[in-house]
Amino acid sequence: MGKSYQNTTVGVIGAGSFGSAIANLLAENCDVIVFSRRENVVAQINSENKNGAISMHPRVKATNSMEEITSKCLLLYPVIPSADFRKVIRSFAPFLRPDHIMIHGTKGLDIHALKGEELSAKTAIPKEKVNTMSEIILQETVVKRVGCLAGPNLSAELNQLQPAATVIASHYDEVIRAAQETLRSKRFMVYHSKDITGVELAGVLKNIIAMAAGALSGIGYGENTKALLISRGMVEMIHIGQALGGDARAFFGLAGVGDLIATCSTKQSRNFTVGYRLSQGESIEEIMASMDEIAEGINTLKITKGLINMYKMRAPITETIFKIMSGETTMQKAIEYLMLYPFSVDVDYI
Amino acid sequence: MKKHKPNSSGWLFDPINPNPEDWPIMQLAKDRPNFLAEVEAFVFNNIKESFKTRQDLNDELASVLYQEKIRLKTNLWSADPKDEKPFWKGIEKKMLDIESPVNPSGRYKEEDVLREIVHRYVHEIAGNFDLFTYNITKSLVTQWMSRLLNAGNGKGISGLWNIRRHLHDRIHLLGEVELIRKLAKTDTVVMVPTHFSNLDSPLIGWAIQSLGLPPFLYGAGLNLFGIGIFGYFMERLGAYKVDRRKKNSIYLETLKAYSTLSIHRGCHSLFFPGGTRSRSGAVETKLKLGLLGTALEAQRLNFEKADSPEKAKRIFVVPVVINYNFVLEAPGLVDEHLKRAGQQRYFRENDNYSTSYQLVWFIFKLLTASSEMALTFGRPTDLFGNEIDDEGNSLDQHGKKIDIEKYFFSNQENTQDLQRDAEYTKLLGKDIVKKYRTYNYIYPSHLVAYVAFEMMRKKYKKLDLYSFLRLEEENESIPGKEFKETIELFVGVLKQMRDNGKCMLDVRFDALTVDRIIKLGIRHLGLYNTKRPLKVKEDGSIVTEDFTLLYFYHNRMEGYGLTKLIQ
Repeated sequence: MGKSYQNTTVGVIGAGSFGSAIANLLAENCDVIVFSRRENVVAQINSENKNGAISMHPRVKATNSMEEITSKCLLLYPVIPSADFRKVIRSFAPFLRPDHIMIHGTKGLDIHALKGEELSAKTAIPKEKVNTMSEIILQETVVKRVGCLAGPNLSAELNQLQPAATVIASHYDEVIRAAQETLRSKRFMVYHSKDITGVELAGVLKNIIAMAAGALSGIGYGENTKALLISRGMVEMIHIGQALGGDARAFFGLAGVGDLIATCSTKQSRNFTVGYRLSQGESIEEIMASMDEIAEGINTLKITKGLINMYKMRAPITETIFKIMSGETTMQKAIEYLMLYPFSVDVDYI
Repeated sequence: MKKHKPNSSGWLFDPINPNPEDWPIMQLAKDRPNFLAEVEAFVFNNIKESFKTRQDLNDELASVLYQEKIRLKTNLWSADPKDEKPFWKGIEKKMLDIESPVNPSGRYKEEDVLREIVHRYVHEIAGNFDLFTYNITKSLVTQWMSRLLNAGNGKGISGLWNIRRHLHDRIHLLGEVELIRKLAKTDTVVMVPTHFSNLDSPLIGWAIQSLGLPPFLYGAGLNLFGIGIFGYFMERLGAYKVDRRKKNSIYLETLKAYSTLSIHRGCHSLFFPGGTRSRSGAVETKLKLGLLGTALEAQRLNFEKADSPEKAKRIFVVPVVINYNFVLEAPGLVDEHLKRAGQQRYFRENDNYSTSYQLVWFIFKLLTASSEMALTFGRPTDLFGNEIDDEGNSLDQHGKKIDIEKYFFSNQENTQDLQRDAEYTKLLGKDIVKKYRTYNYIYPSHLVAYVAFEMMRKKYKKLDLYSFLRLEEENESIPGKEFKETIELFVGVLKQMRDNGKCMLDVRFDALTVDRIIKLGIRHLGLYNTKRPLKVKEDGSIVTEDFTLLYFYHNRMEGYGLTKLIQ
């Protein structure tokens, strides 16, 4: 077993709100370097210990040099929107070595082969073309020791130093150990799992249900409806997750039901907000234009719809949300449709 | 891909080390006592370290003893040494002595017992290379194979030279052989062939010789050593013994250590990572990773023990795909496969392979018909599945050189981490499986088998496979015109796949008309099997004599997603 990663210098790639929250958590155990391409962000972190309105721990420094962060840090946490993930990882590839470890915190999917093609409600996407973020790292770089981090981790609450927990998933004991050595503190618990695909998919698919929750909340429905949505949403997530090769167990943990409850209840979640504003009659284009960080759910929804088309899965919630988003139906009609959907067994996946 | 022509001595290439004294396997044989002692110490330390307390080790030893006693009672082979029973009796006595409350100071300790067991296993596994036997076997195999392929028509005096030349007309050695030869001079090569037939071992041994490579080390089932003269030869060819009955941890550790340290000493090695012959006739999709993992551990040791990383020998993996038009033992293999997969749903009616008429027919065909084989040697990779350049440097996805030593580094140190390396091995296994597909060399016979089976199967979509295989063969036929159209469609698709690097195609797909491809394919398919997998009737329709056999040969082209092309 190698030396501990505690008190080494650890890197975070991406200085969005979640990246900043992770950097602050890491700073309790190690020196941290945050990579951002935006020079003003780098300058502000280094001179004022602040990133926008977020206060940064004094042990966090920033850089815009890929060479610097990769040569100083063997352990890297990429926290980049899924839409840019492949591009950024590819640009890092020349600087990465086989002894780097990467643990990502991105809850999104990537379609590799469909660049430039517009997705429609009828597009069918085979699962070979859909990649999780850890698969992108394996495809684009020499790094083999990959992991992911998922769970109910709303950035704003983490940055207020509230207690929380996360789950680290990796095939490698060493990766899990490294994450625990660097992330664990008295305000942050770190659980672990070997099912990286399951944990990644749980984190990704819950975004769709969060959008639906936002929509219900937007038209003023209360707790009964939300509970209905969450429990049936779980079934749908597991159904799709299993079809993509994930194990159902991951969905019952922090990354699945844990994260689902957190994001279905708050406007702090961007995905929830997208659903909320859709139900207020805004178009998806208007919503996207006015948000400063991307809501992963939009991209996830499109890709998942393509997978459902391909494999002819029954996923009424996902399909309905997709229809609302693309303007094919109204909120009211959608709810009627869902309420009259042929009933079936409550739980059939265990 | 380039086709290689034999040289004046009848082999494809001159040996890379003409002097047998330079062969790694010879050097290992010469240093045998030291090497075995080294293996013993290696296993002993590894096992001792893995048990935290004396009691843990004691429990493990007791479990090994228990398993061995059961084996002695229920499953003794003629290849087993005569002193098996007294040996394990002795171990049992010592174990009792250790636990005896009367003698707490103890004459024996667990470590002594462990050492004794490891010593025995190491000597049981070890092979012993002998140059003289090697040379005899080489020529025997050549003659025997030429008989089988009916290649050596030249009688008497023209002898071996001619046989070798003719063999090369029938056995095609394809792929990256120059690069493999180059790397084998300076570094270590591990070959991982697909496994379909008992012919594979002599065939690949012959191929290695023809490529001018020194002999490779390989593991062979202990049962083979029990077969009289066969065992004598195997023992002296450097084969080490693998006893599949022994599944206890100490034995498996010893086996792996033997392989690890011989690769670490630079012996080129050969594993069939599928474990046993493919029962279904399909290219392997799941590999046994144990021995593959020893190559990785050897690479780690090479780096750890080297004075500088540049001096560490590198280890390269070469996937090899062996393709036949026929597999002698196909009927038996596919039977086993269906029994395992289908359990009670599968039963075979009127099994009449052993009638004397069919036996005579078989021998007749063996002596008169001709056939051919292809061995594709894939481009070597490092043990992490990375591409390499022509100097053997590992390259990343974007063509940049990488320092593979760092895969073994954890926070700046070379560390032994078995869990990590097991994951690396899994990734390598997946990569090899993918390569098997792309290096699969498709013959016309494979194509006709695939298309005919799928066309017949399509008519009975609602039947499960087992009910389908029980249909009466006589009632099924495919009209010649439909068959030809479908083959034509497939040839087009296969050529595209070949151009995209998804598979390899026999050259005759370009040279021959569809009619000739069909004729040739049907003629070659299952040449030596007593029942013909495919026949053409007088009215031009296509029929089979044996569904299960056809299924076996059809499986060769499974996994490319071609079913959807069948109308």
